Amino acid sequence: MASMTVLEFERQIAELESNIAKIREIANRENRDVEHEIADLEQNRDALLHDFFQALTAWDNVQLARHADRPYTLDYLPLLFDDFLELHGDRVFGDDGAMVGGLALFDGKPVVVVGQQKGRDLKERQKRNFGYSRPEGYRKALRLMHLAARFGHPVVTFVDTPGADANVPSEERGISEAIARNLREMSVLRTPIVSVIIGEGGSGGALGIAVADRVLMLEHAIYSVIAPEGCASILWRDPARGPDAARAMRVTARDAREFGFVDEVIPEPLGGAHKGPDATAAAIKDALARHLREIGRLSKTRLLAGRYEKFRAMGRFLDVAAPARLDAPPPAPVPAPTYPETEPAADVQHNP
Amino acid sequence: MPDWFRRRTPQPMNERSPDVPAGAFTKCAKCGHILYAKDFERDLKVCLRCGHHHRLTADERIEYTVDPDSFRETNAGLATADPLRFPDYAAKAERGREAAGRNDALVTGTARIGGYPCVFAVADFTFMGGSMGSVFGEKFVRAADQAIESKLPFVLFCASGGARMQEGLFGLMQMAKTSAAVAQLGEAAVPYLVVLTDPTTGGAFASFASLGDVILAEPGAYVAFAGTRVAQQAQTHKPPPGYQTSEFQQERGMVDRVTPRKELKDTLARLLSFFGGQSGSNGEEAAAGYGDTKNPAGIASASRNGRGQA
Ligand SMILES: [Zn+2]
Repeated sequence: MASMTVLEFERQIAELESNIAKIREIANRENRDVEHEIADLEQNRDALLHDFFQALTAWDNVQLARHADRPYTLDYLPLLFDDFLELHGDRVFGDDGAMVGGLALFDGKPVVVVGQQKGRDLKERQKRNFGYSRPEGYRKALRLMHLAARFGHPVVTFVDTPGADANVPSEERGISEAIARNLREMSVLRTPIVSVIIGEGGSGGALGIAVADRVLMLEHAIYSVIAPEGCASILWRDPARGPDAARAMRVTARDAREFGFVDEVIPEPLGGAHKGPDATAAAIKDALARHLREIGRLSKTRLLAGRYEKFRAMGRFLDVAAPARLDAPPPAPVPAPTYPETEPAADVQHNP
Repeated sequence: MPDWFRRRTPQPMNERSPDVPAGAFTKCAKCGHILYAKDFERDLKVCLRCGHHHRLTADERIEYTVDPDSFRETNAGLATADPLRFPDYAAKAERGREAAGRNDALVTGTARIGGYPCVFAVADFTFMGGSMGSVFGEKFVRAADQAIESKLPFVLFCASGGARMQEGLFGLMQMAKTSAAVAQLGEAAVPYLVVLTDPTTGGAFASFASLGDVILAEPGAYVAFAGTRVAQQAQTHKPPPGYQTSEFQQERGMVDRVTPRKELKDTLARLLSFFGGQSGSNGEEAAAGYGDTKNPAGIASASRNGRGQA
């Protein structure tokens, strides 16, 4: 377990870098050769970075996924697509700033892009509702996805939200219905869908645009049934135990891959996506191209059958055949999950 | 923080008051009125003074809703595998089993309502708050599959706090899994009727519970995306009267009909009749009138008949 937080660690690295810069400056002024010493210091720094990122906890990943400098959807779009043309509104009530979408070219081919958007300064954060998507956002997303299906273009979605908006206006305009409808419609949308979890995959608010043929996830993004602090405050009445909840709920990309919730983990530069947005985008682009090519080859029937089957298979349970008796022994241990799984029940039954 | 798992002040699961002699009398959990136990049972656990609809167990719901002795349970043996080895989950599930007398929160089967055969499912709030884990989703999908295969309508009573966080993403994914099954019901033109009961919140309301062809709700039920505490935290928006109740959801267009418990059985029978059911004692024979077999994508039937095509 890392002994300091990501932010503390980043401060330490920044200090080291500023020391290196100072030494270089002094050396330049006094015309001394210190390249050897500087190389040592830089090596030292890289080793520290490497060690820290080798030992990241679930909570460190939560901090990285929420990092204020982390690239957001609109930062990636110009790096991934050409000619992004943003389209606004749900045609029902309004336009949600926390969800952006539009048309774009990927490797010269038209795609429909939908993504959740956070803001960087206070004004933009308010405009983006701090990343909490509203009913209008999900309805806009679905409108654009239907557009894509009608004209035979694939859909690419970018997930980055702490959760769906739960304030009074969203409740009044049916936030639950909006998410539920997206889940249902995406499961039968007759065009390829790829989702990329780039930051926070916050529960139903994230899933509402992530029922996809392929779900990809950045290395330090998180995907969670509930915010770790929320889980901790419900289970242990102590939101400060978020780190414990993050670990218990297995929120990291590696966990999500291990259990088959995501198809590929996309590597980030050492230090996190914010240390190298271009490199991160290049890695996303490479993965997107591969997965779009693979699912683009499938017939619509096979595509939809595969998507249905993918989510149909998500679950692990026992079949104890008869209603449990009160004195029944506890359920047998489940074997370590493997991916891809095809038959959860058989998985358990054949490997007791 | 929009944590949809936060509930209102915790209530005792069965809302029974300890200071009333067991057996003869019971006390309304809302207004405190003392009720004769026999009257209370006769009134389907609705307070005759204030109309409060008390929470029911799955067995009570089945007894009050379906024709006598018509319920045949399916997949009762599915039980949680605790996929994440989550702290205290196994013990909580065990307590749920003791309280509910079931292996998990969703009870499924076939039944008749007013003579009309259907696939029938009830979420039991006494099992870990009716939360959705792998078992809930699997039983939901198997029930939907059965409805499609036998061309029977699917009737579901919801009482659920949402996804079960002790299963992590396995819990969350049940939202997608159940909603995808609802899409299959739609493609097969099999009616899907939902009754929302107290409480229906979070991931349940944001997935299968909001997707009924017809959505009924019991009066006064807590039906919402988020807990009231969350809404109160939003200082800028004052909750309107009756916020997050069945009545509020009907007014906002999210629910078709708020329907008192004593009218539910007749209403469901009328709906089953409307959607083409034929009343009869023989379920097989009566089932013939439902829907049609078209399933353009052939998805659900493909996945039922064989896997691994993906
Ligand atoms: Zn009362």
